[in-house]
Amino acid sequence: MPKLKVNDIEVEVEEGLTVLQACEKAGAEIPRFCYHEKLSIAGNCRMCLVEMEKSPKPIASCAMPAAEGMNIKTNTPFVEKARKGVMEFLLANHPLDCPVCDQGGECDLQDQSMFYGVDKSRFKENKRAVPEKYMGPLIKTQMTRCIHCTRCVRFATEVAGVSELGAIGRGEDMQITTYLEQSMQSELSANVIDLCPVGALTSKPYVFEARPWELKKTETVDVMDAVGSNVRVDTYDWEVKRVLPLINEDINEEWISDKTRYACDGLSNQRLDTPFIKYNGKFEKASWSEVFKIIKSKFENSSKDKVCGFVGDLTNMETGYIFKEFFDRTLNNNNYDSRSDNRFLDNSERENYIFNSSINGIEDADLIFLIGANPRYEATILNARIRKAFVNNNTKVISLNDLGDLTYPYKNLDGQTQTIKTIFEGSEEISKEIIRATKPMIIIGESLLKLNSAGHLFNLIKNFLKKNNKFTDDWNPLNILSCDASTVGNFDLGILNSEKNLLEELKSNKFEIVYLVGQDNLEFNKKDEFVIYQGSHGDKGAEIADIILPGSAYTEQDGYFTNLEGKIQKAYKASYPPGEAKEDWQIINELAEVMNNRKLFNDKEELESSMFNYIKLQQEKQITENKVQMISDFMNEKLNIRIKDYYFSNVIARSSKTMIECNDSKLNIKSTGTEG
Amino acid sequence: MSLRRPAKNQPETFEFSSSSMEEANKIVSNYPEGKQQSAVMTLLYIAQKQNNNWIPLAAMKYIAKFLDMPYIKVYEVATFYTMYNLSPVGKYFVQVCTTTPCMIRGANKLVEACREKISDKENELSNDKSCSWMEVECLGACVNAPMMQINDNYYEDLDKEKTLEIFDKILKGEDPKPGSYRGRLNTEPENNRKTLMDIKNA
Repeated sequence: MPKLKVNDIEVEVEEGLTVLQACEKAGAEIPRFCYHEKLSIAGNCRMCLVEMEKSPKPIASCAMPAAEGMNIKTNTPFVEKARKGVMEFLLANHPLDCPVCDQGGECDLQDQSMFYGVDKSRFKENKRAVPEKYMGPLIKTQMTRCIHCTRCVRFATEVAGVSELGAIGRGEDMQITTYLEQSMQSELSANVIDLCPVGALTSKPYVFEARPWELKKTETVDVMDAVGSNVRVDTYDWEVKRVLPLINEDINEEWISDKTRYACDGLSNQRLDTPFIKYNGKFEKASWSEVFKIIKSKFENSSKDKVCGFVGDLTNMETGYIFKEFFDRTLNNNNYDSRSDNRFLDNSERENYIFNSSINGIEDADLIFLIGANPRYEATILNARIRKAFVNNNTKVISLNDLGDLTYPYKNLDGQTQTIKTIFEGSEEISKEIIRATKPMIIIGESLLKLNSAGHLFNLIKNFLKKNNKFTDDWNPLNILSCDASTVGNFDLGILNSEKNLLEELKSNKFEIVYLVGQDNLEFNKKDEFVIYQGSHGDKGAEIADIILPGSAYTEQDGYFTNLEGKIQKAYKASYPPGEAKEDWQIINELAEVMNNRKLFNDKEELESSMFNYIKLQQEKQITENKVQMISDFMNEKLNIRIKDYYFSNVIARSSKTMIECNDSKLNIKSTGTEG
Repeated sequence: MSLRRPAKNQPETFEFSSSSMEEANKIVSNYPEGKQQSAVMTLLYIAQKQNNNWIPLAAMKYIAKFLDMPYIKVYEVATFYTMYNLSPVGKYFVQVCTTTPCMIRGANKLVEACREKISDKENELSNDKSCSWMEVECLGACVNAPMMQINDNYYEDLDKEKTLEIFDKILKGEDPKPGSYRGRLNTEPENNRKTLMDIKNA
């Protein structure tokens, strides 16, 4: 490991690190524009110049590997003069439009010019003006401000895996653009906005909305998919203005998907802000006490087996838990479920429904086999990890189905379940590859679990892996890719009914009362059921409801979510529910009080501790007891990957105008045939 | 400089002719497996030669697919270099050197001739769309100044009349003889050489 001196402080760094990283280790801050930890090194902004002993010229620290015996100085007048010179060149062609620039307040150029900027310009020529470029509905461009750091180009090529951005022309005429100004075809495209150190690429939906210092910032987690990306929600008054990524190396690194970032305008559309009762097919506003009274009398007038409840895809664990308690304790029945389809689930062991290899584990894997999953649309951030594994380790990826462009090459098979059967009976070439691999990853998507023979296939796969000793102390090759934020949490809480098939009973209209909590994905023909819908948005669930209880979205209440890896994370309250809406757990708690004159829990803390106790007990139980499994017979069928429309996968996204625009921009590309 | 943005009117398709294809395959085979993208510059040049001295977008797409690389990467290369023409320049592409030595020897007369015969403005096609001209920097034939380049050939030791004659010929579709127009052999002095007389093959 090379040892070097930075400002007379001795540091020892790992082989292969750069001078810039060594300086950071020594506590010296280096200004930079083009350098970024997660991207390749370009070395073209020259802002990170430092003085090196025995070098007549300053060196670009981001591109210089740290070597034994270097003597680096970062605070000499020589360095300052060099950086001032660089800054003067950068500012020569940069417009002075900070007052109307959305980047103002969080602009690297603005901040660094406070230290290195010269107060007057010696540039007498005309400033360069560059026409705006179209990059899709999310990215607003103002290319005159561009300083050609090429971070966006490197991000698109390396991380997003869509080589659509590039620098055309040269010298002063150089311009950053997408190929022929088409919109960027990536679900990660908006990350270039965060990467842009100046105001050249800014957020289109957020344009001129607020200044960064006016916003209240809440660090929380995202619920648009099951990955559980860490995000920062910025609010102005009650309104969520934007969502930005937070760094979490174990989950989302520094990126978030476009849906995570831009579905937030759905939080202010289509909201349920007051309780409603349906009279003669029309919704009328009501008060909480009125609706609770009606619900109470309904519950009292029907037998308890005629009541069922479903929890949705965005509800937090507290809500799920109190909902379950409400059924168990107040209604004395267990007709509740969190699944909206007939998917196979064997919850005797927790590893049967989580992503066991973990997201970080993707980078260690040497073979990835996707069965019935399309990670690009089901878990965009996870797909970016698979791409990272492919780029760094050339990891081999096989998919049962042809999934189109996944941003990395993969081998695709014919999509028949017969193929899965032959592979996991051990007779195929791929079976041998799996056996040979030290850390294989089998990623099973929800599309497989919905098949008729899902149970058979699942056990076949698991037994094959067990038999070949792929389960070790530090590796679990079995991965289930869930699509929704609350899926794993609900399974952990046991919001399931394994005795009866509630969905079939619901479809044959056996119930009198149906209580939906944020569940909008049920397909059944309503007859005489009395439907209570509790949720945040007026969507499919609210449409069929007889009573609507306005709840809160994920940014309006504290709540836990378990991501697909089984990591439990808390989402914090950033804003308040609109109008008369309440937090979801509160509604159920109050309803229980109306029913039984007794609250289920005195406060949120009691609810939380009870919930964690339950989860702990449940997990202990899973270890000791192994239930007899139902195994369906094998039948050959075509495995169709049915992904929900990417931009409309949940109620918040469906209410978002930005998501509609994104969807339209993709459709336009398809219909004009210019995509290839 | 203005030729480095793609033209408005673009042909729908582009394909290598059999001779271009042969040439392209030869170039591509020079590079090891997986590094074919290195051939992009030569391929663009082949496409330009095939397509009347300019590269349409369809050709860039074709080459990108040919070498299995993203469109934008080919587009970047094509817009970077000045010798790739991205809009039509005609079958005869005239480049007049106007750098100092040629300028002193009367390059502006050549430019005048261009304006009279071909088109009033630089980078503008002649009436029959077969020809265009532009001023360029030094082409490295200063000994034979003033000079101009038409496609691959140099025409040297020119004056206005001789230039007009050459243009007459090319506008008729003939190929004028390249080289010196004052009877010099390459860069030899006029009226035979005056030094190194005793060496035969100097």
